[in-house]
This record gives sequence, structure tokens and C-alpha cells, in this order.
Amino acid sequence: MRFLSTGLVRGLIAQIVGTVVGMALTMAIRVLVGLPVSSTDAALQQHITEVHVVGGVIIGAMAFMVGVGVLDEWLGWARGKPINENIDPDPSKPNWMRYFGVDFDHKVIGVQYGVTSILLLGIGGLMAVLFRTELAQSGITFLNSDIFEIMLGYNSEHLFNTLMSLHGMVMIAGNLLGIGALMNYLVPMMIGANDMAFPRLNSFAFWINVPGALILVSSMFFGGFDTGWVGYPPLSVRAPLGMEMFLIGVYLVGLSSIAGAINVIVTVFTMRAKGMTMFRMPIFVWAALATSIIQFTATQMIGLSFQLVMLERLFGMGFFDATAGGDPILYQHLFWFYSHPAVYVFILPGLGIISELLPVFSRKPLFGYKAVAMSSLGIALIGFFVWAHHMFASGMSPFLRVPFMYATLLVAVPTGVKFFSWVATLWEGKLEFPTPMLFALGSVVIFLLGGVTGPPLGTIATDLHLHDTYFVVGHFHDTMFGGFVFPFFAALYYWFPKLTGRMYNEKLGKWHFWLMWGSFMVLSNGMLLVGLLGMRRRIVDYDPALGFDFTHLLITIAAFAIFLSVVLALYNFIRSARKGPEAKDNVWNSRSPEWHIPSPAPLHNFPEPFEVVGEPYDYGKIDSPYVIMPAASATGHAHAAATGKE
Amino acid sequence: MVHFVIVGLLVVASTLGLGLFLTNAPILPLQASEQAITVDWLFNIHWWLIAFFFSLITVFILYSVFVFRRKRGERGDGKYVSHNDRLEIIWTAIPIGIVLILAVIGASTLADVERRDANALTVDVYASQWVWRFEYTAEVQTEAGETILTAVSTDTLVLPKDRQVLLRMRSADVIHSFWVPEFRIKQDVLPGGDEFVRELRITPNLEGLYKVRCAELCGQLHYAMLADVQVVTPAEFDAWLAENAGDCNLGDEQCGQRWATTYGCTACHSLTGESGVGPTWLGLFGHEVSLSDGSVVTADLEYLHTSIVDPNAQVVQGFQPGIMPQDFAVRLTEEQIQQIIAFIVSLQ
Repeated sequence: MRFLSTGLVRGLIAQIVGTVVGMALTMAIRVLVGLPVSSTDAALQQHITEVHVVGGVIIGAMAFMVGVGVLDEWLGWARGKPINENIDPDPSKPNWMRYFGVDFDHKVIGVQYGVTSILLLGIGGLMAVLFRTELAQSGITFLNSDIFEIMLGYNSEHLFNTLMSLHGMVMIAGNLLGIGALMNYLVPMMIGANDMAFPRLNSFAFWINVPGALILVSSMFFGGFDTGWVGYPPLSVRAPLGMEMFLIGVYLVGLSSIAGAINVIVTVFTMRAKGMTMFRMPIFVWAALATSIIQFTATQMIGLSFQLVMLERLFGMGFFDATAGGDPILYQHLFWFYSHPAVYVFILPGLGIISELLPVFSRKPLFGYKAVAMSSLGIALIGFFVWAHHMFASGMSPFLRVPFMYATLLVAVPTGVKFFSWVATLWEGKLEFPTPMLFALGSVVIFLLGGVTGPPLGTIATDLHLHDTYFVVGHFHDTMFGGFVFPFFAALYYWFPKLTGRMYNEKLGKWHFWLMWGSFMVLSNGMLLVGLLGMRRRIVDYDPALGFDFTHLLITIAAFAIFLSVVLALYNFIRSARKGPEAKDNVWNSRSPEWHIPSPAPLHNFPEPFEVVGEPYDYGKIDSPYVIMPAASATGHAHAAATGKE
Repeated sequence: MVHFVIVGLLVVASTLGLGLFLTNAPILPLQASEQAITVDWLFNIHWWLIAFFFSLITVFILYSVFVFRRKRGERGDGKYVSHNDRLEIIWTAIPIGIVLILAVIGASTLADVERRDANALTVDVYASQWVWRFEYTAEVQTEAGETILTAVSTDTLVLPKDRQVLLRMRSADVIHSFWVPEFRIKQDVLPGGDEFVRELRITPNLEGLYKVRCAELCGQLHYAMLADVQVVTPAEFDAWLAENAGDCNLGDEQCGQRWATTYGCTACHSLTGESGVGPTWLGLFGHEVSLSDGSVVTADLEYLHTSIVDPNAQVVQGFQPGIMPQDFAVRLTEEQIQQIIAFIVSLQ
């Protein structure tokens, strides 16, 4: 029963009520300004419905934020109430309730981000499994089933387009939340802060994702859309109502990115422990900083481009309609100005995780720390000058393509620095291979595959063949799995003992790794191959004469195996969190500060601040401590105090 | 030092193996244009770079995994090496050099691929959801002995071998993309009129049958937006053009059928009674039709005419407005429209 009184449930009820009220309000406004609220003309009626629904959905999202309670403090302040300085959780409520409502502790918010991320990745993965089943053989044989037609009212082609389009964006939202989880949970603990700089904004940034994600996924039930995740007009201007849900959903998730990024940047710049200079931060913090800078400065562009499409749909403003003086290519520039750097938003934290883990399991310093740190910033910076490489075939100015080719190929340089540094870190180490290390090494190989398949897409002449084929799909999945999915799982296994105080099952973890890694190799190489041979992306059916059936069958089997391996991992996590053996303190023998406090970490991470006196990765060097942890914060003492055994 | 010698040899062996495999395996479609030769040449450079860098990193990692793993009962940390400035400068500078050289090669292959031939054959390409149409200009002799220019409109792209073709492409609705994998290069086709006409130059060099495959997602039937491409000898091409030039001198119904195919009507309107993106034409004439505004009308000649020139005026129940191109009043002559109507009437 107490579940019903959580912020989440209150927020959802408010969202439903808000949506209805919002629709009524929009209708009332239309009546007031003398616009029709219904019509016998089918096309006009469709438009009127769209305006009402959009009005309702936007108000509904706001209502969610009020209902969940994340605005309480600010609204109170606006009414002149004194600010509540103590933002600790209410001790009279059970601990689990903190995770289902507004809480200001960065660790709780990190977990909220993480669980929501996994849910979204699961939904997106399920969509992929559905349309991969269709693609297992040529001919339309699965999505034309009556069940789908009855449930959604779609024909098979539209269903495929909707699933494929949503798969892309739901996965991206899942990635964004995943890196939000890592950054929120880890950054304060790694730099010696007790929380993020703006805890209220932090909570807001998480909760806005919930209505955002709901609206995004709900597009399935509003007629879907058929534009892919890129939403190019004029197609996106003509798509069904589901398009609006996609645009609004992503808009809200983008708002979260911006707010979350401000928080990370300010936290990193102002809240580091004594003695922690920028070049003494754990390397993941550099990656988080670089990622946050991109999120903070680029996300506005996707918001803007989606907003323009909405205005064109709702009010007939012809930004992208040439007959009204607009330009369809303009959208692509605005869209990719965010969406290319966005790719680096996902991978930089992932590469940071790899750089963080390899030294621990090689027992050697991270080779070339400064260069690795700077390469993250380098990738972030160059990432802003390459967007038009998505548009080599678009019909943009043909000569402008050449500078973008140069910039694109330059990305290989800082990325290469990371690879060489990782190899040098492993060289002559004392390597151990628990599950997190397997995932880190697996990431390196997959990301390498994503890296080396980049240049053929970067030089224009070869890209004119590869553009919009499965080669791009394969390359992109390589970078996403190598840069985000595998490192994300590495991080989940690595910090699982920190989070829960218990150990995961090593055997299941290794099964997960080998099943997922092997299947992914089949999947991505299969995609690269059919792409080279001429398989177009985003098609529900392919010509059997092309001879792709067998490769597609393998890709589909691999997709199922990946899905299965993730289910295995979730089973491992859920079971181990409750019944796993208690973990040792600092189970990986790491130098990083978060491992020198008890697990799970206490409410305020460091009752007494620590001091940084050395380099973060001096493994193999005698007498070179990184941090001096005061007794009040350190593992033994604090643990004893927490359990009352002192 | 021994370690480096072994790893070095392994990297060389792996590079050779992988490079030879990638450059010889059948991983690209048939090479059927001059441009494809240039593109594939650049692909080969990429395959060797990929072979080298993939081998370099994976061999080092695999070697470390096997040789530097912690032995049973071994304690302590690895060797303390935190950085090496000279090495780091080398592995930043060399890739910068490679990247710049690759970019210069990339720019020069692009120039090669886009080289213009003044003698190119011009074909106007019209894309719309979800059909391709191609228009040629041909010289024909009239009965009076004059030479006049007429347009040949077709749904099959027929091209002479070894002559550059200049495709001038425009779209009636959304963005499409012209791609024949055997020719390698592709170009998006944009809506918006003259300002947005985009060009693509291809020199086919191998006779055969290929397919244009729309490469940019363009809605429901994107996957099926294909058109046949036929590369023939110049003599065959001239004969084909002469044969198709001029008016349709068949009966009205046959001509109507020809326009219905070349202008893409039958992509959405089936002739078999099956409901497609648009209503079927079989048994349409003379029967009652329910419209989306609830009214019921009889499909007479006037209804058919309106439906062709102003498709949004009377939308049949259960179908989307706005999908059918709205410019047939300009694209077709009145005679062609009447012939299409005659064809529809014949489908009982």
C-alpha cells in the first residue's frame, strides 16, 4: 500500500490528469481565438486532434513533475517559504521508498538513473528482437501477423518502420540515462564530494526523464512514425501523430541532459578534495567532464531542430518546406550538430571506464594519464566539426564536404592515443580476468572494430557507396557496444560490490560475457558484410536474389543470444544483491577513493574529507599513497561504527 | 626485447593475412561503372589500413593476455611505467601524418569520381513515394520530315555502355536517394523544385541488369522503391530510344496502362482487387465509394478525373490523404489522363 504513496505513483496519476486537463485547456484556447475544435474534413480533423493531444501531453509532463514533488522546494521558495537546508531523507520512511520518489542523494539518483536506463535498454532491445525476427529471412513473414494489426492497427511495413525508429531513440535515451547513472554515482565519490553541486537540480534532471521516456514509448500507440531516429523532414512533417510523441519525449530527455551536465561540470570544478588537482582526478572524471561539456553545449540543437519540426506540423511554419521558402537540408545540419557529438557523449564515459579498469586489473599505472585525459577533450572538441560527414550524399554544398572529411579523419588521432595507451598499460602487467576486466578488454576489441570501420565512412568517395547501408549500422553498433554497452556492464560488475556490499556470481558473469561478446561479433560482422554487398538500412524486406538470407539469419540468432545474455546478467544482479556473499572492502584492491570507504557507501560519503597526496594510478610503486583517508571516513572504522560493533 | 620481436612478427603475419583476405574476398558488389573502379581502389587502401591497425592492437592485447597474465600463486604488482613522452609523441604524430595523406587521397578520388564529361547523356530522374521515373529527350522525325525533340518517359533506366550519364534528379514529396550498388555512388534526391535539383554522374562500363534502390528512408514502402536499370550497347540504346520516342500509338486502354506504369500509379493502386496504399482499380468504375467524410459517391468518369488531378478532394474511407502526388494535372497531358481513365474503366 505504501507503494501507492510514492512520488512515482503520484507523478503518474498527475500526468494522466494533467494530460486530460491540458487537452481541455488547448481546446478552450482554440475556442477563445475562434479556431474550430472539430471538422468533418478528415485531414483537418487529424490536425485538430494533433494540436489537442500535443497540448495535453506537454501539460501532462509538467503535471508529472509537480506530482512527483521535485518542484516542491522551488515552488515553496517562490512563495516566500524558507529554504529547507536539510535535504536528508525522512528517517521514518523505509529505505526502499527513497528510490521511488524524490531524493537528493547522488547515489540514490544514480541508482534511479541506472534502473530506468536498464528498463529502457530492455524495451529498445525487445523492439530490436521483434524486427530482427522479421529480418531473419526475406519476405514479410512475421510482422504481418494479425495480432499486431489488431493491437496497433498498423500494417507490417509501418510496424517495422515504427519499431526500427523507436529502437534507435529508446536505446539512445537508455544510453543517456546509463551515463547519467555512472556520472551521478561515481563522480562525487571519486573527487571526495559528499553530493553533487546542485542536488535539487540533480533530482529534477532525473525525474524529467520519466515522463519523457513514457511519452517517447507511447508513440507506438499514437500511430507510430516512419522516419527512423533521425526524423528528417519532409517525411517527419507528414508522419502520423506518433511523430509528435517522439519529438516531445526526446525534447524532455534532452532537458535532462543539459541540467545533468551543468551539475557535473560545476561539481568537478568546485568540489574536489584538498590536493586533487585536475591531473590527479581519477580518469573517469575527465571523461565525465568532457561528456558533460558536449551535453551542455550541443543538446540545444536537437531540441531546436525538433521544435522547428513541431512548429511546422502544428502551425504550418515552413522551415523545411522549400515551397514556403524553407530548406530540407537545414534540418540535417541542425540535427547532426548535436547528434554527432551525442555519439561521443555515450562513448567517452565508456572509454573512461576502460581506462579506469585496465590499470586496476593489470596492476600497472595508466600509461600516459595526461594524454588519455586530454584525448577525451580532444575527441569532444573535434566532434563539433565533423557533423556534415553524415550528409556527404545529402546534396549539401559539394565542396564543403572536403573540410568535413579532414576533420572526421582527425578524430582517429586522439582515439588512437587511447588505444595505444591501453595497450601500453597492459604490457608487462600482471593481468587478472574477473568479469569486469573481461568486459573492459572485450570493449577494446569491439570499439577497435568500430574505429577501423570509421575511415571508409570518412572518405567521401567510399562513403557514397556505404552511406545508408548496413555497413553504417554495423559500424555504429560497434561503437555503441564497444563504447557504451560493454563498458557499462564492466562498470556494473566492477562497482556492484560498492553499491550492494555483496559479490555477484563470477561464473554467471563470465557466461554473460562470452555469450554476449561472441554473439555481438557475429552480429556486427554480419551487418558490415551485407552492408558492403549492398544491403540498405531501414528496410523491412530485402531481395532474396541478393543472397543475404543466411547472413541475416545469423544476425537474428546473435541478436536473440545477446538479449538472452542480458537476461542472465539481470538475474545475476538481482539474485546477488539479495543473496550474494558479502564483499570484502576494496575487493579489487583499487587506489581510487570510493573503495576506501565502506560498501555500501554511507549517506554522506565522507564524514571527514580526505586529502590527495599522490598520483591516482601508481600501481607498482612502493610508498606512494594516492589519498590519506581520515579514520572517520575510512573503511574499518566507519564500517565498525555503522554496524555498531566498535 | 624478445617480446617485441615476437609481437612484431605476429603483427606482420596478421596484417598480411587479413589484408590479403579483405582485398580478395568478394565483399563488394559487381563493379559496373568507371566510378566504381576509383571507389574500389580507395577501398583497397582502407582494407590494408584496417588490416594493419586491427592487427597491431589485437595482437598486442592477445599477447599480453597470454604472456603477462598473473601466474598461479604470483603476488605483487606489474612493472611501474607511467608514461614515455617520446613514444607518445610518435604515436600521435604518425597517425596525424597518415590521416592527412588519407584525406588528400580521399579528396583526389572524389575529384575523379565527380569528373565531368561534356558529352554526357542527360536523364531527368523523378522520384516520388515510391516510384522512380526517368525522362529522356529524343530527336524524332515527323511525317512532314521535320526533326523535333520529344520526351521519353519510362520506369526503367536504360543506359548506353561507356558513356557518362548525367542524372538530374528531383523529388515530388520527401527525400529519396538514388543508388545502384554496382555503380557504387549515391545521391539524395530532394523535394522543392529547381533550386533543389541534384546531379549525379555515372559512366556504366558493364552491360547487364541492375536495380536502383532508394537508399533514404522515405516512408511505408521505402523497401520496395526499386527500378530496373539496363546497361546496353550504344547501338541498342539508340534503337530503344527511337522506338519509345513519340506518341503512344496504341489503343487508349493500352496507352493508359503504359502511363499508369511509367508514372508509378500501379505502385499503390493494385489491379488485382487487393487493397494497397491506395484503393484498388479493379472493379472501381461505376461502383459506389465511401469517402472519409462519410458521404458515398459513384465512381463515374468525373470522379476518376478529380481523383487524378486533385487527389485530396475526395479521400476514400480507410486511406490517408496527402500520400498521392498532387501535381498530375501538370505532369500529364489531358490526353494521357483520359487514356488512364479508359484503362481504369476497362478493369472490371
